[in-house]
Amino acid sequence: MKEWILTTDHKRIGVFYLIGSIAAFCVAGLMALLIRTELGAIGPTLTEDPNVYNVWLYFHGAAMILGFQIPALTGFLANWAVPIMLGAPDMAFPRVNALSVWLYWMGILLALATFVIPDSPDVMWTGYPPYSVITEGNTALYSLTVLIMGFSSIVGGINIMCTVIYCRAKGMQYNQFNIMVWTTMGANLLQLVFVPVLGSAVMLLLFDKYLGTNFFNPASGGDVLIYENLFWFYSHPAVYVILLPFLGIAYEIIATFARNRIFNYNMVVYGGVCGTTLLSTDVWAHHAYAAGLPDYVRMFMTITTLLISVPVGLLMIGMVATMWNGAIRFTTPMLFALSVIFLFLIGGLTGIPNAMASVDHAIHDGYFIMAHFHYVMAMAGTAAIFGSVYYYLPKMTGKMYNEAMGKAGFWLLFIGFNVTFYPLFEIGIEGMARRYYDYSQFPQFESAQHLATMGSYVIAVGFLITLVTWIHCWVAGEKCTDPNPWKSQSIEFTNTEVIPGPGNFPVQPVISPDWSPYNYGGTTKQDD
Amino acid sequence: MNKKLWSLMAVVGSLPFLAATAIAGELQQDPAEHWDEFWHEIMIDIISIGVVFMICFIYVLIRNIAQSPDQEGTGTKLTPLQSIGWTLIPAFCFMADDFYLAAQSWQLFNLQRNVPANHYEVKVTASMWNFNYTYPNACKEADNCVEVMNELRVPAGKPILLRMTSSDVIHNHSIPDFRILEDSMPGRVTYLWFYPKTPGEHLVTCKEYCGTMHSKMISKVIAMPESEFDKWIETEKNDL
Repeated sequence: MKEWILTTDHKRIGVFYLIGSIAAFCVAGLMALLIRTELGAIGPTLTEDPNVYNVWLYFHGAAMILGFQIPALTGFLANWAVPIMLGAPDMAFPRVNALSVWLYWMGILLALATFVIPDSPDVMWTGYPPYSVITEGNTALYSLTVLIMGFSSIVGGINIMCTVIYCRAKGMQYNQFNIMVWTTMGANLLQLVFVPVLGSAVMLLLFDKYLGTNFFNPASGGDVLIYENLFWFYSHPAVYVILLPFLGIAYEIIATFARNRIFNYNMVVYGGVCGTTLLSTDVWAHHAYAAGLPDYVRMFMTITTLLISVPVGLLMIGMVATMWNGAIRFTTPMLFALSVIFLFLIGGLTGIPNAMASVDHAIHDGYFIMAHFHYVMAMAGTAAIFGSVYYYLPKMTGKMYNEAMGKAGFWLLFIGFNVTFYPLFEIGIEGMARRYYDYSQFPQFESAQHLATMGSYVIAVGFLITLVTWIHCWVAGEKCTDPNPWKSQSIEFTNTEVIPGPGNFPVQPVISPDWSPYNYGGTTKQDD
Repeated sequence: MNKKLWSLMAVVGSLPFLAATAIAGELQQDPAEHWDEFWHEIMIDIISIGVVFMICFIYVLIRNIAQSPDQEGTGTKLTPLQSIGWTLIPAFCFMADDFYLAAQSWQLFNLQRNVPANHYEVKVTASMWNFNYTYPNACKEADNCVEVMNELRVPAGKPILLRMTSSDVIHNHSIPDFRILEDSMPGRVTYLWFYPKTPGEHLVTCKEYCGTMHSKMISKVIAMPESEFDKWIETEKNDL
């Protein structure tokens, strides 16, 4: 117990991140079920008080993004897998790494205080002023949660960047990195540059509300739009902080289970990953197309937002073409990775109408955009995270999970995802607005809402089965004696013991110039 | 890489944009109708991309299932030319579609943001949780004008311009039937316009989260025949 709590080992810290993010997923997922049940029928269903419902919405959004997705991808995977993929014995700064995970846990506890204090925050995860300044809800809790989580991200980001640059195995070149390493670098670069902007925005919000300053108060010379710009200046890149690593891990899983090299590695890395990272910095205003921004800004951001489809399209092509001439095995992690392609295809394509200011002028802040980002983040992202947990379970626990249970969980989740969110596209086009406690003005949407609610229960059952599968594997799984159960060529499987110990490798790996993490099929060694 | 290749790439890169601006058709009168047509076009666009991609995806899946437990993939490394081709050709296809859509969206955008000269103007002040409409063309004195709450009566057959602001937090004046919305914010004036061709009633909702009664912040547009509207506004004005 003591050696776990005081640990500076990157794999244990990664497990802490995983436990924290799954816990956040459970609570925020419970909020989602409450929200969906409330919306299942017109009129009050679970609560008579819209403020209670608004607190659910706030917690669901904030905890899913800040507590589940970002920590699971840039915390758990970047900590557990990336240093081993690099052939590094540990992170560059192990104690700083422990600091970042404990800051994250503090953030989780602070977020959970939402349910204890009498004046729970009801400002949504965006916290737009003036509402967040005049509300009776506790905006300080929101600001402080964001600040602590943000600080944890910055600390972790520096650590990961230094690990990639200085701690990789002897002889490893940039072109020999796993795709996951590249995407993690892109995500952490974005975190390092943009989290401070979000920090300053919520800090000014705190000043406005509690110290009587007027940064966002037009009556005293402030401006409400400044916050929207600062907030999305970070929070749009934050979408790519989630997107890049989840595509990265999907690439790893697909390459392993298709036993094939990455198709056009240079295109994926320099076109896809680098292109997405760069372009993502210049599209934030599409979140504020309806906020009276100057017309030329809306037109400019329409073009940059549409152009995101170029690098992202290259990433999609790379994923499918990696399976060409492969030898595909449909294990549970592979099914999750394949569903990432399907879900992200729908999520990505439905982003195109949203990208255009003129089209967005009819569907802004409605269910269409809500279904769109749930397809991208909530479904493709979550599928990739769950897939990665299955992928690394044998390495984390030394035991094998139950394949039948894993697949049952997958199919329920996959069907539930689509049943829940597909109908919401339809009613979104017809004008259903987000963040509504009740929708009696739109009686025609009740059947679609009802269907979505049923779908969310299927997701809940699917997740319970998944969770039981993981716990069963951990407690009573079949012993795994093979250090490389997936026959992967990647270094985290080929050069480690069944459960990698402290220092990761029995013998520190030295990388030869012709080595590649995707060296399948005994083809020529002179690749990529 | 040499100069020739770069200049060739620049020329090829600008082609889709030029083509897109040329293809994009004539302006239309009514932004809502234009929106519907454009939406239809976007749906054809994204659904065909999606279907083609899905067919390729499923074909790849079926064709490449492992035949034996030890089988390995036989993917080969691309030559530099193949590698560049597989990057640039899809990239230019995506870009062509992007620029085409951007040009189309630009037209609709111009339509949405340029108010016709013969418009009828109404001022909107949003507050928690009501829309307050003021008619600047129907005033007894300078600041004593006809005001209505949550019911926007307008003459049918005329473009209607709304100049909006808010007295407390950010709200949004959304009229789904006319495919238009815009935030109303304290300290700023925003605008939108729409074109009610025929008499009828249309729902207005708030689409920016504004607290407890956000979902109940409802109003309606009532488009009346012009003669009836004139009569109504005259009576209201005399009652001031």
